Amino acid sequence: MKHNLILRVVSKFLIPLIILFALYVQFHGDFGPGGGFQAGVIFSAAIILYGLVFGLDKAKRVITPYVLRLLASLGVLIYAGTGAATILLGGNFLQYGVLASSQLAGQHLGILVIELGVGMTVMSVMLIIFFTFAERGQAVLNSKIESERE
Amino acid sequence: MDMILGHYNYWMVIIIMMAGFYTVISRGNLVKKIVGLNIFQVSVFLLYISIGNVKDGATPIIEKGVDLYSNPLPHVLILTAIVVGVATTALGLALVVRIKEAYGTIEEDDIHNQDQSL
Amino acid sequence: MIENHLSLLLVVLPLLAAPIVAVLPNGRLPWAVSTLVSWSVFYLAAWQLMNVNTGNVISYELGGWAPPWGIEYRIDAANALVALIVSGIAALTLPYALKSVIKEIPQQQHALFYAAFMLCLTGLLGIAQTGDIFNLFVFLEISSLSSYALISLGKKRQALTAAYQYLIMGTIGATFFIIGVGLLYAMTGTLNMADLAQRLPELYEHRTIHTAFAFIMVGFALKLALFPLHVWLPNAYTYAPTVVTIFLAATATKVAVYVMLRMVFTVFSFTFIESTPADELFLLLCVMGILGMSFYAIYQKDSKRLLAYSSVAQIGYMMLGIGLGSVLGATATLVHLFNHALMKGALFMAIGALVYRVGSSRLEHFSGLGKQMPWTFAAIVIGGLSLIGVPGTAGFISKWYLVLAAIEQQNWLIVGVILIGSLLAVIYVWKIVEVLYFKATGEMEQHNTAVKEAPLMMLIPMWVLVLANVYFGFNTELTVGTAQQAVQLLIPGVNK
Repeated sequence: MKHNLILRVVSKFLIPLIILFALYVQFHGDFGPGGGFQAGVIFSAAIILYGLVFGLDKAKRVITPYVLRLLASLGVLIYAGTGAATILLGGNFLQYGVLASSQLAGQHLGILVIELGVGMTVMSVMLIIFFTFAERGQAVLNSKIESERE
Repeated sequence: MDMILGHYNYWMVIIIMMAGFYTVISRGNLVKKIVGLNIFQVSVFLLYISIGNVKDGATPIIEKGVDLYSNPLPHVLILTAIVVGVATTALGLALVVRIKEAYGTIEEDDIHNQDQSL
Repeated sequence: MIENHLSLLLVVLPLLAAPIVAVLPNGRLPWAVSTLVSWSVFYLAAWQLMNVNTGNVISYELGGWAPPWGIEYRIDAANALVALIVSGIAALTLPYALKSVIKEIPQQQHALFYAAFMLCLTGLLGIAQTGDIFNLFVFLEISSLSSYALISLGKKRQALTAAYQYLIMGTIGATFFIIGVGLLYAMTGTLNMADLAQRLPELYEHRTIHTAFAFIMVGFALKLALFPLHVWLPNAYTYAPTVVTIFLAATATKVAVYVMLRMVFTVFSFTFIESTPADELFLLLCVMGILGMSFYAIYQKDSKRLLAYSSVAQIGYMMLGIGLGSVLGATATLVHLFNHALMKGALFMAIGALVYRVGSSRLEHFSGLGKQMPWTFAAIVIGGLSLIGVPGTAGFISKWYLVLAAIEQQNWLIVGVILIGSLLAVIYVWKIVEVLYFKATGEMEQHNTAVKEAPLMMLIPMWVLVLANVYFGFNTELTVGTAQQAVQLLIPGVNK
């Protein structure tokens, strides 16, 4: 992984674009095709690409596994918390209309917040899956290299 | 003829479904089984999406001058099913990794033999 | 305010708890939070049952979208009874779990273990509560995925293969189910169960509906381990951690049986089932399952596996009630669903206590333990009597109703099978009792003489279930009364 100059340059150029696109898909989800699921996967793809090209350790420095676990939980909490908020405001579970002054504004706000939660969870879960699998392989590889040295 | 061409989406679904199902049943390799399971699930996704299509219907995004849309509900349902499928695959593969570490093989027969010999 | 959102909070509370538990530090805190949540869910479930026991139906619209467009939670006596048993078992399993989990699962996985447990509870309660058939699939997968993960945490490496096998078969079952749902949706354009029930009758002649029905039935037969689709169950129950076995044995298959009831009697109707070969097939498979699996149970050398095979046989009894297709049959199924959860919960808890002290679930390692652990031994005896169906225990009530349902249809073969099944149960229960009490401690198990009674934290939940077995053997108001209420709503057109 020392040379691969083209890969490094291209991915450095691509990663910001991928993240930007993910954010577009995330926040434009209530007007066009898109939403949290897709955005989360695209976002995680950017970091997985970074991990593939620059190595797992560097990718883990971007987002540590502990932060990922927190984010995954936080996403679900945002989702369920919005539901709880609508109940407290007098509506049914996830009845977004009660969140803002008008029905329409409430629907927009509700779906944005919900999708944010979904996006966070999907992104972090995809990364957790990637890190866990990649790490496992690396651990086995390292132990093999060690045993060969001996 | 109309029976075949008119329902080509269903035929495709059936072919893919059986290919996937057969793979799950016949292969002894644990990873191949999961691949088969994925193919099997994908056929169901296709089934849902193809029945959501309305003839001459537009993409279900509100636009001026369009009044016939395809049914978006099956797509949404399948989005959920895809996520479930991803989770199942990830969990299945994780189990395969653990099985490989515990048994040193991912062939069903070898695993069975190892368990029997204990 | 809570009362209006009761049916929803039942599902959302454990869902909220899961991510919180997952990020808590390992130690007692995750356990404490999950226990608290499971007890509050139990409280809510009891409250919900009180509300619907009078024959009311609660309808909760998620997001305020009116059914059939939005997802609806539709609670009648059947849902409420199933939700009560699921949350009740969870509330009893969790106090029991504390010590058992510390012994069986590595410390660094405790928080994740309880998070998965909460997710499993969410899924099972969701299945019980929802009135939307696709929502049911999602909850089914939530509970299944978390139970695969929970099973794979078992100590032996066979736990991994058992979980893998369950994953493959469970996913095939769930996928069959959504194929069926997709076909129903293509024909009717609705996913709401009550709405489906109204729209389906005019389409009964249609081949697509028959195909959809077949897919749904096979899918759920896989999930509830109906003989001969049960092969995943004995392995999964044998190698899973004790707590997981208790919880899954007492709830997971029961919830699947409930879905079967709902599908057969509400979504489709029994007149439709009679036009297909399904009802005869159910009876045939149940008879084979009851006899075959009880014989299998007799020859097992591992106590958990023995009880697992007995579970498959007991599922045969539950499905018998559905196959008979009468009011009495459906009542018997619901009652047995409730009672079987009690007896299997108690028995697996008792076996779990033995495993906790001895470290193995093989029968030969238990010899002579009856004298060292009298309370656990007594729990096994009473739980076993209930499993056999001795008068004075809960098991008798459900078998009684089942026999009544069979006699009502003059189906003497079924009556005979139920009785033979009970005799076989005597043999396999005796096998455990014999080893525990009448076998002298062998040389191999000299250390058994030093074994002490199980800790109090395990004995109390175990005995609560044991006493419930006796209590519901005398007082049938809750079980049979609710089941009769439920059946009236399950089978439209029944007025008794």
